[in-house]
Amino acid sequence: MTYRLKISCTKDRLKEIRQFVSDILTKHRFPEAESNKVILAVDEVCANLIIHSNHCNPSETLQLSIEYDASRIVFEILDHGEGFNLSQYKEPSMDELIKSKRKGGVGLLLVKRIMDDIQFIQRSGKNVCRLVKNLS
Amino acid sequence: MLNIEHSIEGEVSVLQVTGEIDASSSIFLDEEVGKALEKGAKIAVDLSNLEYISSAGLGVFMSYISDLEAKKMTMVLFGMKEKVFQVFQILGLDQLLTIVDTKEEAIKSANDL
Repeated sequence: MTYRLKISCTKDRLKEIRQFVSDILTKHRFPEAESNKVILAVDEVCANLIIHSNHCNPSETLQLSIEYDASRIVFEILDHGEGFNLSQYKEPSMDELIKSKRKGGVGLLLVKRIMDDIQFIQRSGKNVCRLVKNLS
Repeated sequence: MLNIEHSIEGEVSVLQVTGEIDASSSIFLDEEVGKALEKGAKIAVDLSNLEYISSAGLGVFMSYISDLEAKKMTMVLFGMKEKVFQVFQILGLDQLLTIVDTKEEAIKSANDL
């Protein structure tokens, strides 16, 4: 089954994304104890894309698709903003973040801990973030 | 979406947080925690009605850790639902922040620290 949602790039749409993911996980009886983490991972990626790649521009859009099969869930988030190079991402140390008093910087770290695979790729001129959660 | 109410218990400012903290609402949490710490050195944050927290919310709590130590202030979080506590656990923040179950424990802990 594939599900799709298209939203404009504003932060106030994040709640709608979370509700959309939540409804699908519930529909497929995804374990409740784990569902909040999966919702969180999708929320983190969408927040980063809205804020950093698209600068909260409401005329830009994110397209989320969720493919749910027997062995895994694949989330793909498409946008036209600035691309992100995961290979250049250096995991921040918690000590450094705390000393710097930064109020952000751990979103992608959460995504990497929660999801089984994460890729940022280019497809037909669009940026695609692909997240995979295996079902055990 | 996010509501924060203040009350006072002796020397401890209590912030009651209701709703969801994400990238769009974390700024309100930051403002309220900052204001409460300006007024007094001891705060307890009631998260029993918090349904969701993302990295933006974690980042707000993280950003006060070094000031708490340097300025001899205390911040105790209490009443978290299991799903919210799990988010703090993913990055080990449950070990870096003071987190307790009940308001009574939080007030005692804020006064003892």
